[in-house]
Amino acid sequence: MIDILTTTFIATFIAGVIASAIPLVLGSLGETLGEQSGVLNLGIEGMMLFGAYFGFVTTLETNSYFLGLLAGIAAGFVMSILMVMLNIWLGLNQIVIGLALTMIGGGITSVLYFSTYGQTTPRLGQPDVFPIPVLSDLPVVGSSIFQQPLAFWIALVLAFVVSVVLRNTNFGLRVRAAGQNPNSLDAAGGNVVRTRTYVALLGGAFAGFGGAYLALMSAGTFTPFMTSGIGYIAIVVTMLSRGRILWVIASSFVYGISVSVGTVLQLTSFDLPTDVIKMLPFVAVMITLIVFARSSYVPPALGVPYTRGAR
Amino acid sequence: MNARSAAATHSNTPVVSMRHVGKVFPGVIANDDITLDIRPGRVHCLLGENGAGKSTLISILAGMQQPDTGWIEIDGQKVNISSPRSAMDYGIGVVYQHSTLISTMTVLENLMLGVTGGAFLNRESARSRLTEISAMLGVEIDPDAEAADLALGQQQQVEIAKAMWKGSRVLILDEPTSMLAPQAIADLDASVERLTKDGIAVIFITHKLREAYSMGDEVSVLRRGRLVASIDAETLEGLSEEKFTNAVLAAMFGDDISAIGDRNDVELLSGAKVATKVRTKSSRSDEKLVLHLEDVTTPSTPTEFGVSNVSLKLRAGEVVGVAGIDGHGQSALAEVVAGQVRATSGSVFLDGDDVTKLGVRARQELGLRYVTDDRLHEGIVADLSVALNLLLKQIGKLPYWKRGQISKPDVDAEATRLVEAFEIRTPSIHARAGALSGGNIQKLLLARELSHQPTVVVFNKPTYGLDLKTVNRVRKIVKDFAEQGGAVLLISTDLDELVELSDRVAIISRGRLVGEVENNSPDTARQVGEFMVGSAHSEGNHV
Amino acid sequence: MSNPISDATGMIPLPSDGQSKLSKVMETLVRTILPVVLALLTSVVVLIVIGKDPWFFYSEVFRYGVMGNGWQQTIRLMAPLLLYSAGLIVVFRGKLWNLGYDAQYLLGSVVVAGFSPMLIEVMPLWAAFTVSLIMGTAAGAAWTLLPAALKARYGTNEIITTLMMSFIGIGISNMLVRGPFQNPDIHVPQTRVLPVADMFPQIPGTRIHIGIIISVVVVLIIHLLLTRTSFGLRLDVFGSSPKTALHVGINSPQMILILFILSGALIGLAASVDMLGYQGNLRANINPGYGAAVLPFVFLGRLNILTTIPFVAFYCILDTGGRLASLDSGLDTHFLMIVIALILVFMSVIEYFGVKKDLGQSYLPPGLRRAVTGLFDRGARA
Repeated sequence: MIDILTTTFIATFIAGVIASAIPLVLGSLGETLGEQSGVLNLGIEGMMLFGAYFGFVTTLETNSYFLGLLAGIAAGFVMSILMVMLNIWLGLNQIVIGLALTMIGGGITSVLYFSTYGQTTPRLGQPDVFPIPVLSDLPVVGSSIFQQPLAFWIALVLAFVVSVVLRNTNFGLRVRAAGQNPNSLDAAGGNVVRTRTYVALLGGAFAGFGGAYLALMSAGTFTPFMTSGIGYIAIVVTMLSRGRILWVIASSFVYGISVSVGTVLQLTSFDLPTDVIKMLPFVAVMITLIVFARSSYVPPALGVPYTRGAR
Repeated sequence: MNARSAAATHSNTPVVSMRHVGKVFPGVIANDDITLDIRPGRVHCLLGENGAGKSTLISILAGMQQPDTGWIEIDGQKVNISSPRSAMDYGIGVVYQHSTLISTMTVLENLMLGVTGGAFLNRESARSRLTEISAMLGVEIDPDAEAADLALGQQQQVEIAKAMWKGSRVLILDEPTSMLAPQAIADLDASVERLTKDGIAVIFITHKLREAYSMGDEVSVLRRGRLVASIDAETLEGLSEEKFTNAVLAAMFGDDISAIGDRNDVELLSGAKVATKVRTKSSRSDEKLVLHLEDVTTPSTPTEFGVSNVSLKLRAGEVVGVAGIDGHGQSALAEVVAGQVRATSGSVFLDGDDVTKLGVRARQELGLRYVTDDRLHEGIVADLSVALNLLLKQIGKLPYWKRGQISKPDVDAEATRLVEAFEIRTPSIHARAGALSGGNIQKLLLARELSHQPTVVVFNKPTYGLDLKTVNRVRKIVKDFAEQGGAVLLISTDLDELVELSDRVAIISRGRLVGEVENNSPDTARQVGEFMVGSAHSEGNHV
Repeated sequence: MSNPISDATGMIPLPSDGQSKLSKVMETLVRTILPVVLALLTSVVVLIVIGKDPWFFYSEVFRYGVMGNGWQQTIRLMAPLLLYSAGLIVVFRGKLWNLGYDAQYLLGSVVVAGFSPMLIEVMPLWAAFTVSLIMGTAAGAAWTLLPAALKARYGTNEIITTLMMSFIGIGISNMLVRGPFQNPDIHVPQTRVLPVADMFPQIPGTRIHIGIIISVVVVLIIHLLLTRTSFGLRLDVFGSSPKTALHVGINSPQMILILFILSGALIGLAASVDMLGYQGNLRANINPGYGAAVLPFVFLGRLNILTTIPFVAFYCILDTGGRLASLDSGLDTHFLMIVIALILVFMSVIEYFGVKKDLGQSYLPPGLRRAVTGLFDRGARA
């Protein structure tokens, strides 16, 4: 309680918020793309775990954070190929397949981790930071916000790009049409299946990136099931944001704060049990869901496979 | 009056030809060896009743379906229309019967959906293209209005603009008039005329004979998937309306014509004659008030209007029609009466008692019934038997259920009785209800709703999509019910039907009842149309 | 009869006419057993890839799960898992997704583990059992209330709310184990251990406790409720179309509440039976994950409790044997999770092809066909 307002404390807090928010931002961006086009990716948790594990292994073996992130993105992408084939091409139930993908992601990564690193439980070092000139010398915010790894800035740029794509491109218009009324898109000469395929693959890549960010930048290691529900929270963030990217970022940071508050309070004289800290974000989400229960709205075609001519 | 005069000025070479086109769906031959020529600058009418194969033919031209046999030629070249995109590339634009506009997007966004090439949305070029097309159609379209806020006539103009977006040479209009007011039909007629003058070929699908006669330059008649009559431009010009009607009716129905009804029925049903009121016995204003809505409001959803401040009175033996554009609160009105939706304000009275707080079941017990328009997904449970579907609203009630256990003999006996009384064609009462034809599903619903002493029945689009024989039968059931003292709220998008059956017609627009017309003169349709157009315009503008 | 799997999994029911009885039986067998076979074969490949001996692993599964006293362990595990399956079937038939099963199970466990040692001291054994079972059942049911109410009142997506409640419930159960229910005598976070004498008696001559009898009786009652009563029919109508349910006058909010509460109650009862019959105490951070494990099997049993029983038996062998076999093979026990996921995937795919066959359609899905031809189209035009 005594040192709650010291600069180090605040800097740690801000850095903590960012570390837990960015993986969620990335996951939610991918989920938003899919959901806007009518694809519910309930397997995002599995994709993030895939990204986290393969990112971790690659960085561990090559010492390159860049390659690690790429590997994470690739891992999420590969898993989304499976989802595209089952959900979008075959039109199978998106909930059943989503649960299966979550289990596959969790199962494979934990089996692999257990058999390879189970004994050694290695950790990664600190990633290189990419200081922003001048700003990084500011007190408090300098060290916490402006001395972040390059991946942090890439994530923010990607958020901006997704926002522009959805709102101002022909592709984005087709994506939204596929989620609002796929028949209309089809009648207008667009290809619903192809549009959904592209965004689902992108969504997988985003999820993989998010997972890799979590392992490489935020945690510095991999532990089985380390995402512990971030994927599901990404789904909630997406549902509440309804395609508005600023909302995605804002609600991700609210989540980051709810995680960080718990962790940071532990450093002070407050003695919060770990279980409470782990629960806090979910309680926050639940309260948000109750408050916004009346106004939660998803694209009409969400979760419905498209078959031409089906009524 | 029509584009017939313009036809002569354009080349007689077909722009699109269908050759021996056939398409089979499991259990149905939708198209059988159809050969047709579509010529530039002409309106080609495609006539036929529901299920005759018109829609399949259109979806083949639109690239939605591929023919099993036969082929299509464009400018004499054999082509493969593999997708809607390729149909567009060949210059074929389609306006579908059901709106394909995305209601949450603006007009401009809807139009840009068809744009290919270029990564970024080009709003400016889209605006100028819209101005171009608007001029061609002779209409004004607000590019920034949300599609949901447009009146149906305006929506249709946007649909036509969308179909013409990439420079169509053939414009297909699938039953464009079925929901339009007479005035909007005149506007459409004018636009079509301008297009044909520019040399565009128009395919006009309809099931109303008088429209085919007045708008078509050439007419083809489909029956059970086959082309049974073609009338070319010269012949059509020489035919009187009466001779045309006789020829087309003979082609459309063949020997079945007597099974549908008498000559008068057939001419009314096929839209050969202008609809007039067919009910002789009318209710008197001193009859008992059975249903009374007072200032009722229900919530709206992003895709459909609720009702707002609706007041309505319905007496025993009376049929009150509700006219309006689909999605303008009709379902909400039916559901708030049936108890499926709760009124957020206002009251519903049944036989003088306030039933606003009562649920669906309680209102059923009081004699209120609702024949839904969503027969397949709301009306029946497709996987359950015909018998259980007939008694779906009696689950758990005596004598069909005793102590929570089904009483099979009672259920089967009642089901058998209803199947016979309503002539439901089913292999057995234990067959899956989902396997029945559309007409028989509707008969099943009527049998269920009209048994167990109904006093008020809400019919929501009761004849939509049915074959004429069933349409005639359903209308007779509605008529008989009213004549026996039942009160009917008849919601329909078919103006002819409303004119035939109603005592009064109320007009619903954007969830409000905007007018009411006493159905006692030949002028009813026009008056109703005026309310539909007028209200839509004045309301549409300040949103 | 209605076949809720069609809606729950987005598929249409098995063929009903135009086939001989034998070929129908064959097809049903193929559709239900082939997914399991394919999943097991794929898991063999996975084992080889990660350098384990699949023959060794699966023979160990069989040895521990069936041989010796293994079969008794398997039947012992069936007691909670049959109840668990019934709990899932009840909601799935209503086309509702209760994915908060982990928390419902753990909260049932923790309540029984925490209170029954105290109850036993103050009341006769049979009364303590009864009260414990009721408390565990109530705990499971209670944890569905909020998602059920949100769904019933506002239509809030229950997948999300039950998942969120699951994480919260797991946290609470861990807090209880570390807090008020912590065994004060030891430092490991776990509850007091029930003495064997104070647990369910065993069926004479076996090591199987009487929980299996409770389980079978309850499950049969639920089965009759679902298939033979007007409630069951209303539930089927509700499950096949909420729109029809509203039209018919079924009280949907009430139905949602009943189904969720029943589901949570059955899962809570499953936990209580296992706690009183076998586990005897609960440690922190333990999550058996039975919910996800039985998930594919209730679908393979087509949401019918009776046909699900053999599948549950199969899983119990896999689980009993698999956990020990994993230890022997130096595998993480989450290997079973992969097998389960594979069954889900193969089940969905095989069902898809079965439906295609029934409809006499091309096996190549229209989406895939268009995507593939579309790519070529594009190349040709570019």
